[in-house]
Amino acid sequence: MSLHEVFTACSRAGRAALLGYLPAGYPTLPRSRELFTAMVRGTGEGPGCDIVEVGLPYSDPVLDGPTIQAASGTALRSGFRVRDLFDVVSSVASAGGHPVVMTYWNPVHHYGPDAFARDLRSAGGLGVITPDLIPEEAEEWLAATERHELDRIFLVAPSSTEQRLALTAKASSGFVYAASVMGVTGARDSVGAAAAGLVERTRAHTDLPIGVGLGVRSAEQAAEVASFADGVIVGSAFVTRAEQQGPEGVAELATDLGRGVRAG
Amino acid sequence: MAPVRDVSGTENARAHHRDKAVPEGHDPDERGHFGPYGGRFMPEALIAAQDELAAEYEKAQRDPEFVDELGRLLRDYAGRPSLLTEAERFSEHAGGARILLKREDLNHTGSHKINNVLGQALLVKRMGKSRVIAETGAGQHGVATATACALLDLDCVIYMGEVDTKRQALNVARMRLLGAEVRPVDTGSATLKDAINEALRDWVTNVDHTHYLLGTAAGGHPFPVLVRNLHKVIGEEAREQALALTGRLPDAVAACVGGGSNAIGIFHGFLDDPVRLVGFEAEGHGVDSGEHCATLTHGSPGTLHGARSYLLQDEDGQIAEAYSISAGLDYPGVGPEHSWLKDSGRAEYQPVTDDEAMQAFRLLSRTEGIIPAIESAHALAGALRLGRELGPDGVIVVNLSGRGDKDMDTAANYFGLVPEADQEESQ
Repeated sequence: MSLHEVFTACSRAGRAALLGYLPAGYPTLPRSRELFTAMVRGTGEGPGCDIVEVGLPYSDPVLDGPTIQAASGTALRSGFRVRDLFDVVSSVASAGGHPVVMTYWNPVHHYGPDAFARDLRSAGGLGVITPDLIPEEAEEWLAATERHELDRIFLVAPSSTEQRLALTAKASSGFVYAASVMGVTGARDSVGAAAAGLVERTRAHTDLPIGVGLGVRSAEQAAEVASFADGVIVGSAFVTRAEQQGPEGVAELATDLGRGVRAG
Repeated sequence: MAPVRDVSGTENARAHHRDKAVPEGHDPDERGHFGPYGGRFMPEALIAAQDELAAEYEKAQRDPEFVDELGRLLRDYAGRPSLLTEAERFSEHAGGARILLKREDLNHTGSHKINNVLGQALLVKRMGKSRVIAETGAGQHGVATATACALLDLDCVIYMGEVDTKRQALNVARMRLLGAEVRPVDTGSATLKDAINEALRDWVTNVDHTHYLLGTAAGGHPFPVLVRNLHKVIGEEAREQALALTGRLPDAVAACVGGGSNAIGIFHGFLDDPVRLVGFEAEGHGVDSGEHCATLTHGSPGTLHGARSYLLQDEDGQIAEAYSISAGLDYPGVGPEHSWLKDSGRAEYQPVTDDEAMQAFRLLSRTEGIIPAIESAHALAGALRLGRELGPDGVIVVNLSGRGDKDMDTAANYFGLVPEADQEESQ
């Protein structure tokens, strides 16, 4: 199933897609596989995440708040290597999930964009979210993702001009990632009012689905975002749940949020 | 200014350079690329602010009011032009080559950093923003930023690695006295790189009313060209002063390179001249120790903090932790134009260890009565090396980018100058 097909299926079911994020290798590689499986499957009383964002832990995550910074650091200290990413992606795919990778650009640059796209595709990855790569700098990446049939998901932000929304949406495939607020990742009490406006502005430039991330942590917030977006992206809340309650907690949150996107 | 065309060298290249009111030919492309380096590897959320800054700077450069105001501040507030001092006794240790010191240490706040800060702070006012954030390593850029913010009535928050707040406690007090809030950063290696990460997180959250006053010629476009242009005055003055003093161009220009702002500033005065441009990077405890920050010498290309450039990274592209005795050089990246100058061969970059730098630090203090910043001592150590290569006919301009008052704790510990150490030794 491609990302397009996942979003289409959700849309036919009259709901938004749920996207869950965790860093690969957190807290350890084996434990990380269990957490992702829980995220995909949910509790059994309800399905889990429609799409799983596998984060590549990075030394300098400038767009992440304290929760994901700390988790990335834990993964790196427990010995995570970039090559392990592909194993984790494979395990998500074999658990029936739809994996995309979320990564800062330097590890991809260093691995070689073409080799990265090739290895990710053969591991079952469907796309890549690149929070610090803008389309103007992505020439090599556009070619690599074309060649290996990977979706490339760029970000738009409340500060994006119309011109940049158009340019970014045009360069994207799979979906467009809309940052709900100006800021870094982390659970928030309320998702910015800017989010609905940004989604609306972005829709004027594209037919691609639009996922909203940054700040969502509860079923209520998921329902709210689901009312205007095609995808609800949850990161830090999953990390916190994984830390406190392990796979059971992650499964519960996935199912709970899944109810949220169905209510939206 | 003295006429400068009656000197030996490549007349055409220099005439081309000097006859233009605004020298051209060394600017990046319109998206900030110096060859394969530079650009913008940064979040979409910040692109609008970078565009705004670039546009405002374009306008300001053509606005006589801005140009005059910056010129006035540099002259009447910062104390420009800075002196060029011949270091005769120090030169005796450099194979007899004449060493001329460009005295950026005599600027207000004690380093070259004030040039950049005054220019950017004026741009902040023009953009109608009220809050400034900045990173600092040694504290020199933080102090300069806090100073400009006090002068121009701007709110100021400085991010500083926790390790550095200890190494440079005096500068922390200085910034606080000037009205800035200093936020220690305890993530990662708790040094300059991590302070920049935290400043970027603040910026992306508060960008509507906040300017990130980046302290070095690195980061996403337009910062590398903006910061460079604000420091070009160093090289332009040094060139005129060296010609006036010696009647010819120097053989070499030496500067320390961390992010590389003082080096790019002085290099730019000599880019079209037949003059060797040599940047000296901090090699800490030596390359074999793994504890260094000689990015251009030992690093490889990658993206960090908004630009593609050389950086120190492991085999997975994770950024390495840098080390230097000098907090201001302790950075695993470098400005993109330096990467371009290295690859093109126009500039060369050599490593200097902690020990070499500290010997030069003491030597300048004892031969000239000038205590340099430990950052600048790397350039001095390099000049000793260059001088021995060039011999008695050589002339070297060294960018003495800062004064060493802030480094007295480090120096006292290194040389055992503290009273406690004396007591221990005598027991």
